[in-house]
Amino acid sequence: MSQAANTGIQKRPTPMAPTRKTSLSSRALPRWAPLAFAAVAIALGVGTGAAAGWHSHTQWGLFSALLFVVISYVTTTVVENQRQAKDRLATSIVWVCFLLAVVPLFSLIWTTVSRGAKILDGYFLTHSMAGVPGIEAGGGVYHALIGTLEQVGLATLISAPIGLLTAVYLVEYGKGALAKAVTFFVDVMTGIPSIVAGLFILSIMLMAQLQPSGLMGSLALSILMMPVVVRSTEEMLKLVPNELREASLALGIPKWRTILKVVIPTAIGGITTGVMLAIARIAGETAPIMLLVFGSQLINTNPFQGAQSSLPFYIWEQYKIGSEPSYDRAWAAALVLIAFVMILNLVARGIARWKAPKTGR
Amino acid sequence: MAKRIDVSGLSAYYGSHLAIEDISMTVEPRSVTAFIGPSGCGKSTFLRTLNRMHEVTPGGRVEGKVLLDDENLYGANVDPVTVRRTVGMVFQRPNPFPTMSIFDNVAAGLKLNGSYKKNELSDIVEKSLRGANLWNEVKDRLNKPGSGLSGGQQQRLCIARAIAVEPEVLLMDEPCSALDPISTLAIEDLIGELKERFTIVIVTHNMQQAARVSDRTAFFNLAAVGKPGKLVEIDETERIFSNPSVQATEDYISGRFG
Amino acid sequence: MASTTPIDTPPASPVARERARPKTGRAGDKIFLGLSRGSGILLLVIMASIAVFLTYRAALAVSKDEGNFLTTFDWNPAGDPPVFGIAVLLFGTIVSSIIAMAIAVPVAVGIALFISHYAPRKLAAPLAYVVDLLAAVPSIVYGIWGALFLVPYLEGLNLWLDQFFGWTYLFEKTEVGVARSLFTVGILLAIMILPIVTSVSREVFLQVPKMNEEAALALGATRWEVIRLSVLPFGRSGVISASMLGLGRALGETMAVATVLSPSFVISGHLLNPGGGTFAQNIAAKFDEADAFGRDALIASGLVLFILTLLVNGAARLIIARRKEYSGANA
Repeated sequence: MSQAANTGIQKRPTPMAPTRKTSLSSRALPRWAPLAFAAVAIALGVGTGAAAGWHSHTQWGLFSALLFVVISYVTTTVVENQRQAKDRLATSIVWVCFLLAVVPLFSLIWTTVSRGAKILDGYFLTHSMAGVPGIEAGGGVYHALIGTLEQVGLATLISAPIGLLTAVYLVEYGKGALAKAVTFFVDVMTGIPSIVAGLFILSIMLMAQLQPSGLMGSLALSILMMPVVVRSTEEMLKLVPNELREASLALGIPKWRTILKVVIPTAIGGITTGVMLAIARIAGETAPIMLLVFGSQLINTNPFQGAQSSLPFYIWEQYKIGSEPSYDRAWAAALVLIAFVMILNLVARGIARWKAPKTGR
Repeated sequence: MAKRIDVSGLSAYYGSHLAIEDISMTVEPRSVTAFIGPSGCGKSTFLRTLNRMHEVTPGGRVEGKVLLDDENLYGANVDPVTVRRTVGMVFQRPNPFPTMSIFDNVAAGLKLNGSYKKNELSDIVEKSLRGANLWNEVKDRLNKPGSGLSGGQQQRLCIARAIAVEPEVLLMDEPCSALDPISTLAIEDLIGELKERFTIVIVTHNMQQAARVSDRTAFFNLAAVGKPGKLVEIDETERIFSNPSVQATEDYISGRFG
Repeated sequence: MASTTPIDTPPASPVARERARPKTGRAGDKIFLGLSRGSGILLLVIMASIAVFLTYRAALAVSKDEGNFLTTFDWNPAGDPPVFGIAVLLFGTIVSSIIAMAIAVPVAVGIALFISHYAPRKLAAPLAYVVDLLAAVPSIVYGIWGALFLVPYLEGLNLWLDQFFGWTYLFEKTEVGVARSLFTVGILLAIMILPIVTSVSREVFLQVPKMNEEAALALGATRWEVIRLSVLPFGRSGVISASMLGLGRALGETMAVATVLSPSFVISGHLLNPGGGTFAQNIAAKFDEADAFGRDALIASGLVLFILTLLVNGAARLIIARRKEYSGANA
């Protein structure tokens, strides 16, 4: 049987065979070719853009990117072969995608920092908007900072324990239909738009005749925060090796003490990271605050009564006023908010890295 | 269509770590050459330098020459893609493309290399599967996923996939180490048939297997853990197993170490 | 885990201290299990009550709606008779999300491949890190950037699109005005969901087994062919679910749309014309002036948004769950 197969295969003319038999090497473009293509493409793109008088530099960039892809594809097809050309095409597209994405994201950060730094100073951080007309310069963000800290703090107090306990239930006890349902709905809950969470609390407020306050905002933020805490805590608890649990249980220590004294301390670094990332996420939420806390120009340190402001809501308010000084305040507050969120992120990831080796990951 | 391989002064690195040092040998066409040696002696690394798969590993680089019928694989204008198409490889664990059918798995290499008509393609697929002694087992389910086959069948599917593009050389990296004895036997029989057409190089941990399937055997060793692996000797399999010229080879084969 | 059994069975030795410990253990276990299970149940209750409360308030509003809630092109719950409908909002929400997906998904897959397979090894980790950080930028910041920087910036592009692609109808600009259009909203949403789609796709691409990629390499595949043969088939369902997670975000985004769009209650296929509306944007814009009934009407539109995101996210999660089973069976 194999004899027949042999002769069969040997007789078949291979399309590639003649070229392949003679040589392994082929004509190839030099390594610096992509750089040269890029240079030519950018030169042509800028040239065409300037000549045609296109207003937007985005167009220049897009046109250059397109030229780059076309030039490298055609040249490679001619010099090498179609397969290499396709490979290079894919490489070019992937690079272009990357650059396309970096540009707006870089622009966002740059705009915020450069425009926000203009009026951001000690005065801005320590004063409220009391008595400052929106269209004039002056005032600050102090009342909004207080609001954000209190609302986010309350939301953390509510959702961190519930999230933690739920995660413990899912990892340490969870079996059967209830655990499956909880897992699924935690996932779905992660995707609830913040405005829907706000509307939910609003509908309760309408029925119970409650007045807007920081607490109402915190409740909506908790709904957004809980699933994030559950998810990340779950991941961390799963990383705790089973041997640790068994070692503790084998000593006759009850399961609940094992969880509290062995499992959670082992994973505490990762859990902290998860909670901080969740805080960073909700600190930037605007929509629920708009519906439930109402916003205020004054300092209100009591989150349980009366309207409050918050950083993201402050930005929205200042943006809506639409005057030059209010835009300045919006950018400055945006810079404060971004700095707050980024610092939380960096610290959280720092904790994760610092704790990681000890949890045996 | 089988070609001779001449290696001279070949060293391979992982980053700054020298994995194998200064290896020279000749692999005869239409024969089976087995590489044996203790774990970590670099025999798999050496095998992977023969089709330029070594440089796929991060930090992997190679010095020296590998001539395939007088043409250096590491020459200036040589495209590694062409090399790998010319020198086929079968891996330790069977690795069919999980989302593809049996047919598409065998045809995968062909589809990359040119356009074939439908019936041309199915002819080659059938011949390759026959060549890998798998045709009778799978001819009724060519459109089923390759991952549904048993381990031994998957490995023969991978061999069919490798020989479908008609390489000059077939490299096998411990092809039976993940298989049961019956599947191993089937693969060993297949190797005996394939050497009529291909130059075959096989890495194995199993010395009986080396003795059963190979014509020539190369023994690799390393001075100590962390030191580079070296070729100790290469000779007719019969001589290596009965009367090797180096004491270390005899020690290894008789089980005194390794 | 059957490891609780040694605690449940009373110890043979009648020493008081030993008897006391398992007892507190049992009580403690019961309390702790109750607390943690209770938290899980609380989450389910919250989900259920979101659905119930929103539906109840929405029913109050819709029952008094004199227009057709699904087809009316107007939002006037304070009028006499009250007339409001979600047609424009549904259209705007879906169109802006589709534009966002059409831009973001290919680019995100490209970036994910760049990080997982193309970028120099030393660059890959910091890049992944930066992408994750960008996911943390609050949406209101994207919003003011979109309104104060992107809108004026895109005017040139809009003119150009109108000039060269006006014949497609979609890119014909029939009204003058700044680029506060659904198209601009779509671009901004694309930028916003890019990080999440990228990071989920990247995770999947990095999970492709080494041996699958080597199989393709050993057949003489170029880098692109390796990706086509082993990376993309393996990662396909992951990319689909990542896209749907992104879609869920785009559908519900409030502040970025509210700042950029100049709302109007018309449906137009000319994407570059200013105007249109989305569910979330409409709630943000109309909330301040709404009385109690107006708020119920907004809650009704929020309910539709809730159902929409629920369907999209549920589908994404189901795809991910199915993928896990599939890869688990293979391992």
